[in-house]
Amino acid sequence: MSDTMVEHAIAIQTSGISRVFKKLRAVNSVNLTIQQGELFSLLGPNGAGKTTTIKMLCCLLKPSSGTATIMGHDIQKDPLAVKQIIDVSPQETALSENLNAWENLNLTGRSHGLEKSVVRQRSQELLEMMGLMDRSKERVKRFSGGMKRRLSIAMALVSDPQVLFLDEPTLGLDPQSRAAMWEHINQIKGSKTVMLTTHYLEEADSLADRIAIMDEGRIVVLGTSQELKDGISEQSVLRVEAEGLTNDVVERLREIYPEVTVVDGGVEIRAEKLDLYEILDFLRPRGIVVRSTQLKQASLDDVFLHHTGRELRE
Amino acid sequence: MRFLELAKRNLKESFLDPLSLGLTIALPIGLFFILQTLGRIEDLFKPTMLAPGIVLFGFVMIVFSSGFLLARDRESSLLARMLTAPLRPSDFIAAYALPFIPIGIIQVAAIYGIGSFLGLRISGNVGLVMLILFVMCCGYIGIGMILGSLVSTRQLGFTYMIVLFPTIFSGAWMPVDMMGEGFNRVVHCLPFAHALDATRAIMIDGAGFSDIATNFLWVLGYSVAFLALGVLSFKRRMLE
Ligand SMILES: Nc1ncnc2c1ncn2[C@@H]1O[C@H](COP(=O)(O)OP(=O)(O)OP(=O)(O)O)[C@@H](O)[C@H]1O
Ligand SMILES: [Mg+2]
Repeated sequence: MSDTMVEHAIAIQTSGISRVFKKLRAVNSVNLTIQQGELFSLLGPNGAGKTTTIKMLCCLLKPSSGTATIMGHDIQKDPLAVKQIIDVSPQETALSENLNAWENLNLTGRSHGLEKSVVRQRSQELLEMMGLMDRSKERVKRFSGGMKRRLSIAMALVSDPQVLFLDEPTLGLDPQSRAAMWEHINQIKGSKTVMLTTHYLEEADSLADRIAIMDEGRIVVLGTSQELKDGISEQSVLRVEAEGLTNDVVERLREIYPEVTVVDGGVEIRAEKLDLYEILDFLRPRGIVVRSTQLKQASLDDVFLHHTGRELRE
Repeated sequence: MRFLELAKRNLKESFLDPLSLGLTIALPIGLFFILQTLGRIEDLFKPTMLAPGIVLFGFVMIVFSSGFLLARDRESSLLARMLTAPLRPSDFIAAYALPFIPIGIIQVAAIYGIGSFLGLRISGNVGLVMLILFVMCCGYIGIGMILGSLVSTRQLGFTYMIVLFPTIFSGAWMPVDMMGEGFNRVVHCLPFAHALDATRAIMIDGAGFSDIATNFLWVLGYSVAFLALGVLSFKRRMLE
C-alpha cells in the first residue's frame, strides 16, 4: 500500500527518454522525477530540447528510446489516459483564427469532455483573468500577439488539468500581463503539477520549485534555485567599472583570471579566489581609472553561464 | 461524440473564411451560369450535360478547402494542440472529413436546383445520380485529407492541380471524345470520367443501375482507396 502511495505522489517520471531527428540528438536520455503539485521549470538556450521533451510527454512525438509516465500512465502504452489528465499551451500560439475567444475556449474545453455549462463558467473566469473579456466576441485573428498568447494559455487552463505543460507561456507578453500570468501560476502551484519552460531566468527563479537546466538535449544541472546558486558559489564574481579598458588589457587580465567577461562600462571577473588588490595593482599602472568594484552574489544567470558556457538572452 | 466540437469548429472555420466559401460555393455556381450560355452552340454545355461536371469541379474546390484547413492547422500547431486532447484517431478523421459532406450537399443542391430552372432534366433515377455523386464526393474528401496531411499550405496551391486537371479533362466540360481514343482510355483509368459517364447516362438516357454498374464500381473502388490513403497519411501525422 505504501508503494502505491509513493507511486501516486509522482506526477511525471521519465526514464532515459530520448529523441533523435535524423542525426541530431534533440533530447538525450533525460531522467526526471517530478512530484505532484510541483512547479518544475526547464531552462535552456534555443534548441536545447525543451519543446521536444514536452512534445514527447504530451504524446505528440514518439521517443526514439526510453519512456515516461504521467500520473502512472505510460505515454506510449496508454496515451489516451495521459491525454485525459494533461493540457498544454504550445510554444506557438495555437488558435482557431476565424473563431472568437469564447468559441476557442469552448473547443478545448468540450474536447476534454467538460459540460457546456462548466466550460462557460470557466471561460468567463479565464477571459476576465486574462483581460480579454471586452474583445471576447471578436474573431481572434484580429488579436494582437500578446492577446493571442493569453488566449492560447487560457485554452490550456479551461480543462483544469492535473498536469499542465506551459511552453514559454510569457513570451511576448507586456510586463503587466506577465505579472498577471505569474500570479495565476502561483495560485495553481501546489494543487496542479506544472512543467514550464522559459527564457526568463527571473521567472524560473521566482516561480519554480525546482529548475533543470538543459543544454544540447541533456539535463546539465537540476535543483532548487538556491541549490543551483550554491553549487557555483565557490566562484566569486567581481564587477569592476572602469574607464579606458582596452581589448589588450582585457586579454592580459585573462592571463591571470581566465574568466573575464566584458560588460557595459567595465568587466566581470569570475574566479574561485579573487585578489582585489592584485587586480587594482594590475589596472592602475596601465592608466585605467577604476570607478567602482562590487562583489556579486551568484545569480541564476551565472549558473546558466557556468553550465552552458552561454549567456541566456531572450 | 467528443469529435463534434472539433467538427463544428472545422465547419465554421471553413465557412467563415470568405476564400473557402467563395471557392467552394460561389465559383462553381458562377461557372455553371457562364458555361451554360454556350449550350445553344454546343450540346456539352447544355445544363443536363454540364451539371455533373460542374458538381465535380465543386468537389475539387472541397479538396482545396479541406486540404487547406488541415495543412494550416498542422502548420499553426492547432492540430498539435487538439492532438493532446483525449480524442481518438477516428475522432480526428471524422472531424476533418464530415464537415465537408454538407458542403458537397449544398453544392449539388445549388447546381441541380439552379439547373432545373435552366432546363436540366433527369430521365432516370434521381437517387442513383445522388448516390454516385455522394460516393465521388467522399473520394474527393479523401484526396483532400491526403494532400492536407502531406503538403504545406504554400504547396497546396499547385498540388491540387493534380486533381483539377484530370477532373476537367475527364469530360467535366471538355469533350473527351475529341481528344482521341488513347486519351479517352487514360482518363478512364481514373474515377472521374466514370462518375460523369454514369450520371449523364442516367440523366439523359434514363440508364438503370445495371447499365452503369461498372462505372459505379470504378468510382466506389477509387473513393474507398482515396479515403483509406487519406486516413493513413493523417494517422502518420498524429505521432511523429
Ligand atoms: N520536427 C523536427 N525535425 C527536425 N529537427 C527538429 C524537429 N523539432 C525539433 N528539432 C531540433 O531539435 C532541437 C531541439 O529543438 P527544441 O524545439 O526542442 O528546442 P527548445 O529547447 O524548445 O528551443 P527554443 O528555446 O528555441 O524553443 C533543435 O536543434 C531543433 O532544430
Ligand atoms: Mg521550444
